[in-house]
Amino acid sequence: MNRILIIAEHADGKLNAAVAKCVSCAASVPDAEITIAVLARAGTAVAQAAAAVAGVARVLLVDHPANEPALAAVLAPQVARLAEGYSHVFGPSSTFGKDLMPRVAALLDVAQVSDVMSVESARRFRRPVYAGNAIVTVEAAADRPIVATVRVASWQAAGAGGSAPVEPVGLDIPLPTHTRFVSVTAARSDRPDLQTAARVVSGGRALGSAENFALIQRLADRIGAAIGASRAAVDAGYAPNELQVGQTGKIIAPELYIAIGISGAIQHLTGIKDARTIVAINKDAEAPIFEIADYGLVGDLFTLIPELEKNL
Amino acid sequence: MRRILVGIKRVIDYNVRVRVRPDGGGVITDGVKMSINPFDEIALEEALRIKERGETDEVVAVSCGPDDAQQQLRTALAMGADRAILVRSDPSVEPPVVARVMHKLVEREGPMLVIFGKQAIDDDCNQVGQMLAALWDRPQATSASKIELKGQTARVTREVDAGLETIDVDLPAVFTADLRLNEPRYVKLPDIMKAKKKPLEVIDMAAIGVEATQRLRTLQYEPPPQRQKGIIVKDAAELIAALRQKGLV
Repeated sequence: MNRILIIAEHADGKLNAAVAKCVSCAASVPDAEITIAVLARAGTAVAQAAAAVAGVARVLLVDHPANEPALAAVLAPQVARLAEGYSHVFGPSSTFGKDLMPRVAALLDVAQVSDVMSVESARRFRRPVYAGNAIVTVEAAADRPIVATVRVASWQAAGAGGSAPVEPVGLDIPLPTHTRFVSVTAARSDRPDLQTAARVVSGGRALGSAENFALIQRLADRIGAAIGASRAAVDAGYAPNELQVGQTGKIIAPELYIAIGISGAIQHLTGIKDARTIVAINKDAEAPIFEIADYGLVGDLFTLIPELEKNL
Repeated sequence: MRRILVGIKRVIDYNVRVRVRPDGGGVITDGVKMSINPFDEIALEEALRIKERGETDEVVAVSCGPDDAQQQLRTALAMGADRAILVRSDPSVEPPVVARVMHKLVEREGPMLVIFGKQAIDDDCNQVGQMLAALWDRPQATSASKIELKGQTARVTREVDAGLETIDVDLPAVFTADLRLNEPRYVKLPDIMKAKKKPLEVIDMAAIGVEATQRLRTLQYEPPPQRQKGIIVKDAAELIAALRQKGLV
């Protein structure tokens, strides 16, 4: 049997949608028994949400005042302790998981498999390298547990309907005080979340200004889409950093991705390759984005966006 | 002496279109331009600015990699690092091994800070900084977009999925640099000449007592699945009609 421990990401009492995707990944490991660990301050609601994910055998709840907001240095020793007896420890390849999991791997003295996109066997995985320009198959040594981050854009969320037991766990281990949370500034928005939205409209440098970027917002709102941006648009200050899509930003897999005024650098394309349908709007007919777009529309975005709205 | 170590990795240049070798044993590297990993350049720039503000005394560029990584360390010296250390290893050395090498260098050099790029653009692992912080049992601040030193602590702003997170950490600590931490300087010709005289120490991994274990075996490289090129529609009406037909809007 493969005993898999998934570290739950959560905030404000809500389980992150990435967790159910990690469960799908774990469920594709042969003969898997899946446990979710919730490290929280008062995490009963989060633990119950985790217990309701289909395919989960049990949920471990570690309540501790130091566990929220999550700090990798505080969580890592607890996760390393919880990991005893497990063959795999998974976390999402979000900024939460990227921060935490390598620290856990080092404490367990194992290598980490980053960004698992498919499971070939209990110890064999495929993952992207070189901004997705190559896919490697890696095999982990048999004598140690496997720590991995799950490339959430590659996995469908596991369904609901589970009813796993929740077990409170007390971990009597010293936690570091050398790292202290100060604040987080998150844009509060009624729009769908970029990483889980079914539709995404993204803008690039061709928008020309932060004011013009409002055109992207208007179109997105019209079709109930989340907003994304290219690195160039973020660097130019048209959009905040958390909207960046690509190799070093967010990797997304919406049903519909509309790229407006984005030429399509490799680093951007790696973030959208898993979208079901890609639409590109660009005035340069030779732009690389058209090589991967299902529908291309060549022309000036300032003319075309109003025309799109008129036709909706 | 107050000191900052900066991790430098030799990688295929950012602008090269990487291709998988026909035998699936790796990617094509013959005749391909190699550079400092762009995030490591940002890490180095940050260390140099800290020194220019008088908040540290020495910046040491360190790499774990093949002999040829001396080229990238020379570039780091030309950018302004005071000296460099190469720990010679196989090019495919794993992140946990690099972290153990860095830990040995930390024990030897006693830095106030170690700064890495948040990820290397070749293996896209995003691991070494966090692993070193664990081995060293010190704070980490990954994906940093702003660093302010305040005596024995630092305030770091991090790029996280939700937006920007600010944390305070005690020093010494490990930071990893995100894109918007700074814009690295360009190297000027006189600096390249000067860099040739700066000290670059080459050590074998075995000599500092780290064993090059391999816990992940790479079995195969393959090109990614290609998306089919689609169609060019003539106007907005045709586009919306097509999306409607697929139930997408």
